[in-house]
Amino acid sequence: MIRFIITRLLNGVVLLFAVATIAFFLLYWGAGDIARQILGASASQETVDLKAEQLGLNEPVFSRYGEWLSNAIHGDLGASWFTNQPVTEAITSRMGVTLSIVIGTVILTAIVATILGVSAARYGGWRDRTLQVVSILGLAIPGFLIAIFLVRIFAIELGWLNATGYIDFTDSFTGWLKSVTLPIIALSIGAMAAVAQQVRGAVKDAMRQDWVRTLRSRGISENRVVYKHVLRNASGPALAILALQFVGLLGGAVIVEKVFAIPGIGQISVTATTQGDLPIVMGIVVFTAALVVVINLSIDLLLGFVNPKVRLS
Amino acid sequence: MSEVTPIQPEEVAKEPSTGSHLVRRLLHNPVAVVTSATLLIIILGAVFASYLAPYDPNNSDLQAILQGPSSEHYLGTDGAGRDVFSRLLFATRYSLAGALLAMGLAAIIGVTSGLIAGYFGKWFESFSTWVVSLVMALPGIIVLLAARSVIGPSLWYTMAIFGLLLSTGFHRLTHAAVMGVRNELYVDAARVSGVRNRSIISRHILSVVRAPVIIQMTIMLIVAIALQAGLGFLGLMDNSIPTWGGMLGDAFAKLYQDPQGILWPALTIGITAMALALFGNALRDEVERSATPKKAATGTKAAEIVLSDVPTVIHQPADADREDLLRIDGLVVGYDQPDGSLKQVVSGVDISVKKGEIHGLIGESGSGKTQTAFSVLRLLPHGGRIAAGTVHFDGQNLATLSESEMRKVRGARISYIPQEPMSNLDPSFTIGSQLVEPMRKAMGMSKAAAKARALELLDRVGIPDPKRTFKSYPHQVSGGMAQRVLIAGAISCEADLIIADEPTTALDVTVQADILDLLRSLQRELNVGILLVTHNFGVVADICDWVSVMQDGRIVETGPVGALFANPRDEYTKSLFSAILDEEHARGAYVAPAGTAAGGK
Repeated sequence: MIRFIITRLLNGVVLLFAVATIAFFLLYWGAGDIARQILGASASQETVDLKAEQLGLNEPVFSRYGEWLSNAIHGDLGASWFTNQPVTEAITSRMGVTLSIVIGTVILTAIVATILGVSAARYGGWRDRTLQVVSILGLAIPGFLIAIFLVRIFAIELGWLNATGYIDFTDSFTGWLKSVTLPIIALSIGAMAAVAQQVRGAVKDAMRQDWVRTLRSRGISENRVVYKHVLRNASGPALAILALQFVGLLGGAVIVEKVFAIPGIGQISVTATTQGDLPIVMGIVVFTAALVVVINLSIDLLLGFVNPKVRLS
Repeated sequence: MSEVTPIQPEEVAKEPSTGSHLVRRLLHNPVAVVTSATLLIIILGAVFASYLAPYDPNNSDLQAILQGPSSEHYLGTDGAGRDVFSRLLFATRYSLAGALLAMGLAAIIGVTSGLIAGYFGKWFESFSTWVVSLVMALPGIIVLLAARSVIGPSLWYTMAIFGLLLSTGFHRLTHAAVMGVRNELYVDAARVSGVRNRSIISRHILSVVRAPVIIQMTIMLIVAIALQAGLGFLGLMDNSIPTWGGMLGDAFAKLYQDPQGILWPALTIGITAMALALFGNALRDEVERSATPKKAATGTKAAEIVLSDVPTVIHQPADADREDLLRIDGLVVGYDQPDGSLKQVVSGVDISVKKGEIHGLIGESGSGKTQTAFSVLRLLPHGGRIAAGTVHFDGQNLATLSESEMRKVRGARISYIPQEPMSNLDPSFTIGSQLVEPMRKAMGMSKAAAKARALELLDRVGIPDPKRTFKSYPHQVSGGMAQRVLIAGAISCEADLIIADEPTTALDVTVQADILDLLRSLQRELNVGILLVTHNFGVVADICDWVSVMQDGRIVETGPVGALFANPRDEYTKSLFSAILDEEHARGAYVAPAGTAAGGK
């Protein structure tokens, strides 16, 4: 198991390094006259040249990459070209907001998708049809569209002030809960549809296994067979798709945050993107990739926990 | 020269027929028809936007902002006084074109690389797998935001890059599908008969991946539409081109002044995506239907029960002095068919098992012997049911018992030994916990007592290190050990009757005899009755007291093992006996023809 963790961890580090390297070269090679872009069209050529000198833009990309990498290894991702705020500070202060929404969505999704998927697999009939309808809706309707309608209903028609904006949970837990409820619902529908389908399939597969009959033959109650044994065996595929959804939700949150005026990673990415603030953009790429590595690793560990074959090999 | 007819690849290939059949069936599927009609209207609107739009989509009239629908502006005007209807038509054109660009690029790159990786493998396979994992390490929108910071707001560049990201989905799909077919016999046959790679790919492999790829296309279009709308909504796309996302963003900024503004772009996105999703679903349904054999035409045939009227050859009436432990009378088992009829697999079976007796139920596969055994436990596979007859056990008719009462019988009174030891243990739990759980449930034992008993049982069934096995997971023990564990489970709750379904068939020959010995000694020790299902006369001769021969859902001959073996009277039983290799008359030793004996290499 320790070897397994170390291998996965090393894989994650290699992946992170590859993503950062590719992103750096694409961004810095692809960028045009950055200094001009920062200072605007009215700035004189001298000030533009000076700015370029200050930012080290005249050095070759390779040496800039070397510098960035050695700093990054020491936890320094540079500073914003526009606000001079350190990149790590700018991102961590907002990542927490985004993560609280994404994690809330993942938890809600896991619970509802399990209930929907298990009952559809077990009883079929109208429960199964309901799941199919939810799946189609969840697949077809983008999360931010649902978010817009939630804002329209709650903020405009019902006039609830809490419908948009964000309250940190260190300030007020109930306030935080109110401010994240609608974003979480908006993001959950799509994820729920995908995960519930997977749960349904995995439960159906597990129910067909021989050992289910043997357990029944031992007088174990149907609920116990389903919720203890079948679900445990079905959780592998379900967890795998949940991890995939986690990554997708990080992206979905970017747009949904704008709808609810939440100061998360979405806001800063949009600003940095439009301004061409490359240190911040690099920081977002690295942070997100690191987060994905961590998520995948935790899911692998969870998979090991539910599947002894993984754990013991 | 020998005349060898070359194998025609056409004959070898039994490729699934998707194609014109599928199109024809889709035309009969109402969902497919309605959704494709909807999509067609949307596409026509996009194509003929220049003719249909009453205004220039970018022409703003600041005198007429945020107007409601009128005869001048069918859908009103937006915050900049632009005609919403005209804008919507052009937005549909550009949004669909952008989504198609992303999807098309993704399909071409993904399917091609998937075919290469799947069919030829080698370094390209591992390289492409690595690239896919790299792309999946970042949410698409983050990549596009990063790209946007250097390439600017161009819709086409953005969607082309998104196409590259989406291609991983097609790659994985095609790769997996090709891996599945690559080693199929018909592909091998085509390869052996000298068909070129290119022909094999186009003829056999493309036909397999075609349908899943088309379904994937509808999903990818939806994804591309959603992502593009999201970017437009964030205001990151070129303002001079009207898009659904851009319209949504504009309307959202004016949400408090005009809450209706978001309706039109939102509806258009919603309808388009729903139509695509439902069309994809209908397509999947039709593809899956063509893959499964056609079921009988639907009708309303009443379930009719047919009892076999062929008499059973009875060697010796059952011993009337000894009480029946289990008595099956006129058992009929059937599976309900879609047309309302009943597919009978057991047609009137009578069996009695006495206390302390091993009753062998023998027959070839499909004779209904296992179905009969499962009926006793009421654990028939999905769709199967006892249609007629009684199953008397200890004064109760199991055939009519409620499910909760039946649960009290299972395990505690009647237990079960399955055929495949490895697939009958839950792989996620330790062997110990699977032994302890039923004892605690059925006998109300404490955890410690159940554990002690489980260790005793493991020892009793001949497991060398019970403590270790108790802690082990099923994949850590051998098949023979697993079968001993299952036997321990079957005797753990002191059942009076054990249903053993071919308990030795899946085991190595050397282990089979040990397991039979174990069963026999346990049966004597505990004085339980066993209904033993088998297809092997050797097993019957070895441990059974009584035997019933089953064919086509009925018992053809029954009697004590000695009497029946000595004098089989039914034709079918006789044929079973004659099929056994006659070991008494061993063939003489092989004598090599003169001249070749010494030449052995």
